[in-house]
Amino acid sequence: MGLFPFAVRRALQLVPVLLGLTLIVFALQAVALGDPVRAAMGQRGDPEAIARIRADYGLDAPLWVQYGQYLGRLLRGDLGRSFRQQVPVADLIAERLPATLRLALAAMGLAALLGVAAGVAAAVGHGRLLDAAIMTVALLGISTPVFWLGMMLVLLFAVTLGWFPISGYGEGDWRHLILPAFTLGALHVGYIARMTRSSLLEVLGEDYLRTARAKGLHESVVLLKHGLRNASLPILTLVGIGVGDVLVGAPLTETVFAWPGLGRLLVAAAANRDLPVVLGATLLFALIYVVANFLVDCCYVLADPRLRFAGGRR
Amino acid sequence: MTGEGWGRPLVRLLRHRGALVGTVVILLVLAAALLAPVLAPYDPARVPADLAARSLRSPGREHWLGTDLLGRDLLSRILYGARVSLLVGFAVALLTAALGATVGLLAGFYAGTIDVVFMRVTDAVMAFPTLVLAIAAVAVLDRPGLLAIILVLTVVQWTTIARLVRGQALALREREFVSAAYALGGRDLRILARHLLPNCLAPLLVSTTFGVASNILAEAGLSFLGLGVQPPAVSWGSLLAEGAVYLTVKPWLVIFPGLAITLTVLGCNLTGDGFRDLLEPRLTR
Repeated sequence: MGLFPFAVRRALQLVPVLLGLTLIVFALQAVALGDPVRAAMGQRGDPEAIARIRADYGLDAPLWVQYGQYLGRLLRGDLGRSFRQQVPVADLIAERLPATLRLALAAMGLAALLGVAAGVAAAVGHGRLLDAAIMTVALLGISTPVFWLGMMLVLLFAVTLGWFPISGYGEGDWRHLILPAFTLGALHVGYIARMTRSSLLEVLGEDYLRTARAKGLHESVVLLKHGLRNASLPILTLVGIGVGDVLVGAPLTETVFAWPGLGRLLVAAAANRDLPVVLGATLLFALIYVVANFLVDCCYVLADPRLRFAGGRR
Repeated sequence: MTGEGWGRPLVRLLRHRGALVGTVVILLVLAAALLAPVLAPYDPARVPADLAARSLRSPGREHWLGTDLLGRDLLSRILYGARVSLLVGFAVALLTAALGATVGLLAGFYAGTIDVVFMRVTDAVMAFPTLVLAIAAVAVLDRPGLLAIILVLTVVQWTTIARLVRGQALALREREFVSAAYALGGRDLRILARHLLPNCLAPLLVSTTFGVASNILAEAGLSFLGLGVQPPAVSWGSLLAEGAVYLTVKPWLVIFPGLAITLTVLGCNLTGDGFRDLLEPRLTR
């Protein structure tokens, strides 16, 4: 199976997931808003007027019909209007999304780079002090709350050393990106380093690596070309899962660094109970996650052609 | 495991250096939380009469970890905060284990339609970054209490265990001992409880131990964002939120609660690593 048919088949598998996640957001909305007309008009509102408005807005329809209407609005890109700012939620999200994507990509890039490098170093020095040191740091990275790490980095690199700005977007200046990206990616450096180390240790004992060495290839070629490439699938899986972790950390990191992204929008809206914004941002986070996983699955097929016949990962 | 009882694994666990350190850390933190009323030098919530003199004190002999804006002793607040953080961490871990194991066992054992339905629900919940879904649920519930936070975190965290147990159950249902149990007239519920569940306990225990760590982090994250426990209750996350305002001038208000979280989560992760090494040696390299 080529990449395109694989991608189409995988995309079709996403349909039930997308329906499921819209159903969850719809259910949250139904619980949250209850009866918006009664909420707006109060308990003493004229029952006839209330009934008329409910009919006009389709709120008297069965829930499954309302869900259908909700899906229709989503397909048109209509996420409702912000209670607070009285502007379309889609506009607010479109304004914030680029900052979050920029931060998430930088964080994942940094995590993949540092994690793989640390994992390779640990595997090469397996059983020695360097291995133990790298694995200890990786474990610490996994155990540290992302927002606390962010504040500690601010304290050291911004307040004490003055190398980077304390917070803010800085109109896209890269110096503003470093600390938030490192904070968000740090958790994943640990995971990727641990996974790289263990997958590499597994392939290092394989016959084809012994053959490669016997052929007289340089150790770095053996390690990077033959070893790491064959160990790359579990690492790629982790990078894929990492997109989810990065999105989990986004509301926290963006809050610490006053980063004007989707996460901060979500947190501020949750604090103000601006529910259309909360639910819109939540839905978008899930969509990014689903799409990112889809892209990672496609990358698998590029990395390991055998999977074209097996039908992808899992 | 059932054949040799719990004695030998316990000895092996104590010989595993990481697991031993992790377990000791968890036990110490648990003891500190339980004994908070005895250990805490001050009332964690009471604003002292000499507020001006005690506000934002640096760590010293009188207040080992300093005081906050309202002159409250940070050490006492961290000790009491441990109660909420650990309660949420362990309660959510137990509830997710129960819910996830039930869903996973039923899906894996019965397969077919039940499996498809349960796994589609799992897929949909897993599509949300956990903290994002938790924030949305908390916003919908409008400043919920501690019990509601525990339930919210359970609802967003159970899927990993469900997936894990389902995989185990799918493999186990084909094994001979299950067929033998049927041949002996065993009923579904009995086979599930007596044969499948005990064989899923090892991965369940490993995953639940790591779960305690991620639950503590999730609660801290929610409380840091002002969406978790509300005053006068304190958790480590809410202490960090209070301290964040003074990060550049009184950093200890942030450093110590964060260290408490990191140490505890590290303890859980070390113990989880140890359990995995001992119970699932296949996965250890």
